[in-house]
Amino acid sequence: MGNEPKVELREVNLRHFTAEGEIEALSRVSLRIACGEFVSIVGQSGCGKSTLLSLIAGILRPTEGEVLIDGRPVQGPSRQVGYMLQQDYLFEWRTILDNVLLGAEIQGLDLKAARRRAEALLERYGLGDFIYGFPHQLSGGMRQRVALARTLCTEPEILLLDEPLSALDFQTRLALADEMAAILRREGKTVILVTHDISEAISMADRVIVLSRRPGRVKAEHAIAYPSGGGRRPTPFETRSAPEFGAYFNHIWGELEVHVRR
Amino acid sequence: MVLGGRLLLLVAFLIAWEVFPRMHWVNPMLTSYPSALWPTFLSLFREGNLLRHIQATVVTTVIGFLAGMIIGTLVAVFLWWWNFFQRVLEPYLVVANAMPKIALVPIFYIWLGDVLSIYAIAIAISVFVTILMIYTGFQETDPNKIKLVRTFGATRWQVLRKVVLPGSVPTMIGALKVNVGLALVGVIVGEFQSAKAGLGYLILYGGQILQMNLVMTSVTILAIISTVMYLGIYYLEAAVMRRRQWAR
Repeated sequence: MGNEPKVELREVNLRHFTAEGEIEALSRVSLRIACGEFVSIVGQSGCGKSTLLSLIAGILRPTEGEVLIDGRPVQGPSRQVGYMLQQDYLFEWRTILDNVLLGAEIQGLDLKAARRRAEALLERYGLGDFIYGFPHQLSGGMRQRVALARTLCTEPEILLLDEPLSALDFQTRLALADEMAAILRREGKTVILVTHDISEAISMADRVIVLSRRPGRVKAEHAIAYPSGGGRRPTPFETRSAPEFGAYFNHIWGELEVHVRR
Repeated sequence: MVLGGRLLLLVAFLIAWEVFPRMHWVNPMLTSYPSALWPTFLSLFREGNLLRHIQATVVTTVIGFLAGMIIGTLVAVFLWWWNFFQRVLEPYLVVANAMPKIALVPIFYIWLGDVLSIYAIAIAISVFVTILMIYTGFQETDPNKIKLVRTFGATRWQVLRKVVLPGSVPTMIGALKVNVGLALVGVIVGEFQSAKAGLGYLILYGGQILQMNLVMTSVTILAIISTVMYLGIYYLEAAVMRRRQWAR
């Protein structure tokens, strides 16, 4: 730990080429995320948020600039990083347990230990009865919990969440947000949550970073605090009724420049 | 009600087939009739030849389409792995797939002789269909699933083994269905050309000596066998799909 940021981006540019020409997805993005911090990145669709996560996950290389984890440049996918995608993408042909073990299998981890972890995670998320079931038997919220278990089973230190709740209905979203925040904070993970939902960002994160429209630039950063809750940080659900919530929301909303194109 | 309709159709067909030739409304030499088939069947069976002929056709077909599927799948994997070869070979594969391989029967007969040529036809037919279908299946793998395993650091080989191949099982069953039918066609035509045994041989031979009872018996047996094969695959598919519940 110490002063060194867990995750850092230095002057990162990302350009990619399509049939239409060159698109600049990210422009001169610099970020520092401390160990154990819960950061949320918000922005309009297409502003490069997911691309940012892919860079940290090591499945994309920056055109310019550096992406660092623990001070070392990212060379490719690493065991330290867990990536939760927008949808669960569970394999229909595997049992729930085997789905959770997927990452451990690929990374060649000790499968007996991984199995114990997987079973414990599934039990904790209330899915103990479905361990030997198949994905089609579960609802959307349950499947996303399985996806979370899959991501945590490899015991990553850094968690990248790419709009993990956006495919769910509203109530499930709220409930799962509380669960996820509690789990991740308790484990002391460093979390980067990408979302277009400002309320979600403000309720879950310690810091919110606003990305501009494409090409994505860091437009603003906000430290999120709820002093009105006393010493304890309120749960995501509780923050929605906190007095500070509205101010944060309006401020960020203004920054996102959400308006219909003239 | 539907079942009634089906039974009615079958009975009507059998009656027509029996009555028309007997009444000489149709030349019985040309069509034979159902009541003549059973004695023919029995005599074939008693002489011990029937099983030999059925075996010849069935074994050749099964070996043909299995070998075709295995080779075809391996080639599809090769093309998936080395995309360069896929791009180079693509037009040739399209032509090979479009061309009716049946046309090669005489060529194979000259090159390979009477036994091997039939196997060659069955394999040739299965291989190209399989390559195309399986490769297309590979391409249709959900890219997000591939992205998912890449985030865990999966190698190309792991992507193949853990995502692409298991995900292609429905496609493989589809290819199996197609192959069984096509391989059987190939084998029968091959037997027309060259064989001294097999149901195709019986059909051709029976036709040449104008023993239509022989021809019709063989055709009926062939219909039964192909249906049984198709049903076998149908139940295999149901068993596999039930476990995986593909329909998401």
